[in-house]
Amino acid sequence: MSTTPIKFYQVGSFAVGNRLLSADDRSIQSDPDRTNALTSGHRACQGCGEALGARYALDAAMRATNEKIIAVNATGCLEVFSTPYPESSWRIAWLHSLFGNAPAVATGVAAALKAQGKSDIRVIGQGGDGATVDIGFGALSGMFERNDDVLYICYDNEAYMNTGVQRSGATPPAARTATTQAVGENPGNVFGQGKNLPRIAMAHEIPYVATATVADLRDLEAKVTKAMSFRGARYIHVLVPCPLGWGSASCDTIKIARLATQSGLFPVFEAEHGEVVASTAIRHRVDVEEYLKLQVRYSHLFSPKRRDDVITHLQSIADKNIARYNLISDESASS
Amino acid sequence: MLRQVEGSKAVADTVAACRPQVICAYPISPQTHIVEGLSQLVKNGELQNCEFINVESEFAAMSVAIGASATGARTYTATASQGLLYMVEAVFNASGLGLPIVMTVANRAIGAPINIWNDHSDSMSQRDSGWIQIYAETNQEAADLHVQAFRIAEELSLPVMVCMDGFILTHAYERVDVAEQEQVDQFLPPYAPRQILDPSNPVSIGAMVGPEAFTEVKYMAHMKTLSALAVIPKVAKDFEIIFGRSSGGLIRRHKTLGAQTIVIALGSVLGTIKDVIDEMVAADIAIGVLGIIAFRPFPTTEVREALSQAKRVIVLEKAFQVGVGGIVIDNVREALRGTNTAAYTVIAGLGGRPITKQSLRSYFDKAVNDQVEELTFLDLDKDLADAELAREAGR
Repeated sequence: MSTTPIKFYQVGSFAVGNRLLSADDRSIQSDPDRTNALTSGHRACQGCGEALGARYALDAAMRATNEKIIAVNATGCLEVFSTPYPESSWRIAWLHSLFGNAPAVATGVAAALKAQGKSDIRVIGQGGDGATVDIGFGALSGMFERNDDVLYICYDNEAYMNTGVQRSGATPPAARTATTQAVGENPGNVFGQGKNLPRIAMAHEIPYVATATVADLRDLEAKVTKAMSFRGARYIHVLVPCPLGWGSASCDTIKIARLATQSGLFPVFEAEHGEVVASTAIRHRVDVEEYLKLQVRYSHLFSPKRRDDVITHLQSIADKNIARYNLISDESASS
Repeated sequence: MLRQVEGSKAVADTVAACRPQVICAYPISPQTHIVEGLSQLVKNGELQNCEFINVESEFAAMSVAIGASATGARTYTATASQGLLYMVEAVFNASGLGLPIVMTVANRAIGAPINIWNDHSDSMSQRDSGWIQIYAETNQEAADLHVQAFRIAEELSLPVMVCMDGFILTHAYERVDVAEQEQVDQFLPPYAPRQILDPSNPVSIGAMVGPEAFTEVKYMAHMKTLSALAVIPKVAKDFEIIFGRSSGGLIRRHKTLGAQTIVIALGSVLGTIKDVIDEMVAADIAIGVLGIIAFRPFPTTEVREALSQAKRVIVLEKAFQVGVGGIVIDNVREALRGTNTAAYTVIAGLGGRPITKQSLRSYFDKAVNDQVEELTFLDLDKDLADAELAREAGR
């Protein structure tokens, strides 16, 4: 079903670049000749999911295009921590313009390349969830609708982390942010709001839409590689835990991302031309509580008074995802 | 080639002759005919190696232009009024990044109240955006300024706004000598960007600059923009050599020699003003006109020199600072610093109100005798407005 033929299910062997594999099967990141598109020395927090996701995604894109990438970045953590003048962590051609216009700027780059006959150079737009689902949403929809030759990657940490953890249109229900505080009768973010951008992208019937997390970086590499095999507008939505904003331990970033998928809260799937073509089955299903309890942003669901009503509500969202994307396959059910 | 042509069409054909590689467009009156014309030229193959992008907003239009220009493409867009305001964040960004984008502003009022007709409120609101602003008096000049704009922009690596009065110029059919392709090619070399996004020589563009260097960056932008005061006349001179007609430059004088009163204005209203001034000069009144073509950067030295013999200056403006008064007059007063020259502001033509010869003559006749207020709203129905203000105050 999924794009990655090789899975590392055993606890402790999620590491990429397994030396037991043949060279061709190893991860892109394990290649000593990888680009290091986002190289070391930047100012991201310890355990930053976004830095990890961006590095893997762009190194994969570089390999897939014979190192011919121009990246356009929205304002946000990724931009701020990577380019404090006069330093830059980018070893690729990189442009930052504004918060809300990265998809349109990427369109401009693609148009310029086409007009100059440089079709071998490919374009990536990237931003956080605020830039993607909120302030840059119109520009992103326009880019999709025109089917411009751009891969747009959203690194979703489910709030405006760069400005101090305010709610975005991607903040999940019940989560505490600086603007959805854990106070009152219904603490945290409200239910029934928020945008499901992968599905909105699919509604544009663009060639390729995929979701991924930093818990399965080989899968992310594979999806970026696959995305570069298409022309036209493509969208990858990557869940990237934020230790600062989520109130989680820096060492738990991968674990939390994995629990998001194994609970069903974050379905991992691929779609082509508006139809789901593959989903990654849940291997070891867990209750959402396992995911929630590692994060201070949900601590109000457990103390001072346990909120079973809210936890049940969140579980129902995960259950719905599992049914919608067929995340419990016969194989995983029997394992 | 001499043609009887709509202003927008003359601009579209001229822009096409400049061989733009990326054009982005979002419809807003009265700019639409320009991009419609360009869209046709791209679609029918007359303008080749050019991507025409129909975007979903003006904010996207300027953003696409930013991406395209940073990737080394000659880039053009056009807008007006609300559209210009909708793209403002990207307008400032384009100049900050030093991208030589050329944009036509088909000048139109800003709402509320919504109004589609001409004044200068839109481009004047962007006077501090870091763009070079040049104002066309006629459709001939509007067309010619676009050829010059690409030269100026690319020579300085700064964006240029070509401002032409909406409807009055954009929709007027008149005789225009539309630039020939061979002449444009001779005048305008292919775009050679100073910095370009290129995977084989990667650079990071748009880094975050903190307090330790921000002032220096802004100072450099100021100095670079000021250097346009030397580039604009040079480009106009080169243009005259190749095209055989005079267009552009910083300022244009009309009967200012020996004039005791000098009227200053921008754009198409200069034509009407000149007609009035010619009649007054014929009646032995010492009055002249100074047209400002380049408003940003402001040609302070040239204006000071042009006004040096005048006793009074009248600045006619199609926009104003609410709660303050004129906009252009602020800049003119800088040029008059240290002199005793009287300066009057007359606000005219707001939201498309016709500026008639009769009204101008009546105002100028009073002004030459210093019988006008410092700030006048031409043809204002003051009784009506004052009655309404009184009614509201009494509520």
